[in-house]
Amino acid sequence: MSTTLSVKANHSAVTESAGMRQLLIAGALLFLLLFLLLPLISVFFEALRNGIGTYAEALTEPDALAAVKLTLIAAGISVPLNLVFGVAAAWAVAKFEFRGKTLLITLIDLPFSVSPVVAGLIYILMFGASGWAAGLIADTNIQIIFALPGIVLATIFVTFPFVARELIPLMQEQGTDDEQAALSLGANGWQTFWHVTLPNVRWGLLYGVLLCNARAMGEFGAVSVVSGHIRGETNTMPLHVEILYNEYNFAAAFAMASVLASLALLTLGLKSLLETRHGEALSQSHKH
Amino acid sequence: MTFTSRSALPGFHLALGYTLVYLSLIVLIPLAGVFFKATELGLAEIWAILRSERVLSALTLSFGTALIAAALNAVFGTLVAWVFVRYDFPGKRLFDAMIDLPFALPTAVAGIALTALYAGNGWVGQWLEPLGIKIAFTQVGIIIALLFIGLPFVVRTVEPVLRDMEKELEEAAALLGASRWQTIRLVLLPSLLPSLLTGFALAFARGVGEYGSVIFIAGNLPYVSEIAPLLIVIRLEEFDYTGATVVAAAMLVIAFVMLFVINGLQAWSNRHKVRNQSLALPVQGAKQ
Repeated sequence: MSTTLSVKANHSAVTESAGMRQLLIAGALLFLLLFLLLPLISVFFEALRNGIGTYAEALTEPDALAAVKLTLIAAGISVPLNLVFGVAAAWAVAKFEFRGKTLLITLIDLPFSVSPVVAGLIYILMFGASGWAAGLIADTNIQIIFALPGIVLATIFVTFPFVARELIPLMQEQGTDDEQAALSLGANGWQTFWHVTLPNVRWGLLYGVLLCNARAMGEFGAVSVVSGHIRGETNTMPLHVEILYNEYNFAAAFAMASVLASLALLTLGLKSLLETRHGEALSQSHKH
Repeated sequence: MTFTSRSALPGFHLALGYTLVYLSLIVLIPLAGVFFKATELGLAEIWAILRSERVLSALTLSFGTALIAAALNAVFGTLVAWVFVRYDFPGKRLFDAMIDLPFALPTAVAGIALTALYAGNGWVGQWLEPLGIKIAFTQVGIIIALLFIGLPFVVRTVEPVLRDMEKELEEAAALLGASRWQTIRLVLLPSLLPSLLTGFALAFARGVGEYGSVIFIAGNLPYVSEIAPLLIVIRLEEFDYTGATVVAAAMLVIAFVMLFVINGLQAWSNRHKVRNQSLALPVQGAKQ
């Protein structure tokens, strides 16, 4: 009781004065305004500067549509592959004990520490004109660099850890009790996985896929290195933005950029929704 | 790695085997190719490339700007986290969701938006240019881009620690006669330090390798505003794979060291959290 009283009496010692509080809030919001909000608003402003007609035209010309299509294909291949990997890695890491586990987790996170440009370069060194693994594909008609497979490889690399790092802590928190109960009731391994584990982690899985997909569709550096920038053929949406921008076609560049920004906003919205609606089903670090 | 599973669940070998094969094929073997390629050169040759003025200034620039941006983010990120955890204000939820924008917005979009904003005729730049402050197409522009990219790393590592911090510790300090400033300096900051350093290191590691958001705003003058990832791209376009590889290898070594440091910091941060909680217990006990 005395604690509460004296703390109230000495209120300024555990919180800031009202003026200080407002100053700190204003400082933080000004920073966010200058570095987050204004850039976002300017994308849409610049995109619509020359009117809705120019905007629609920029998005419906054939090269723009080809870029959208390529982005969807690249993400459509990379995200499911990393999803399967993430589930397998999380199953091994979270449900079993083995030596070298910490090292494995570090290695899974490794792509986040590698510069996107280096991520592209490693596949050029492998499959490029005089690449050390070029012999593997020499006799086939498959082209990897400056073609779809290279773009997909680079995208897989940069989005590699997303699903795994979401699922590992979540499945570790959940333990193995549910699975063991299912097994002792006579379910086999696959049944246990499909009917017990997967439903338990579905919101975390969705969360990981959401972030993975946002990065896959927006990746620039890694894809730029392996793509070759062939207009209408190997240009993804972010690369299309760059080309238009470098041609001083700002309205069209920002039009395409506004589509990517809308995708980012949609991702953020869904992510917040998951955090508020299903926070208890996400890993500890995302609970608010 | 020894393959012993002490769990009754099935699928360990399948899951771990798949994880290791996929990890090796996509990440480990391609990355090893960089060092493989670099060892084809003699040490003297590698050294000569690294010491050339253009490479050296690019690496210094990437390093220096990432360091400055991470330091600024440590300050402003902590301010933002503090304001979000401790105060209430209108629009808080919206701003909170916006913090993750740099994770979701493609880097190329961020790059052209920041350039439009901070160029001499931009919304912000036009107010600064009469004062003699030029941001876009200078080294300051690089720092602005890295501020944007790195902000969520600091906010999202500091925020949970700040939220879990026992208010009782501050009350105890106040009861013992500490001024608010003393409490912040001697109680809050030491508890925040591990997470603050982790956020700083994450933002720094990301900044060193950042490409997409920087190249639009940087101006890209050799020796002045040409970042290391851009130099790799330029070397690749010149078909100078050796030059590109050596710069990439240097960046990878930096990335591995950073990963090691970050892992250490995170371990420290976790230990710190446990200690804080046990410290706070007697205070809670006294209140009852």
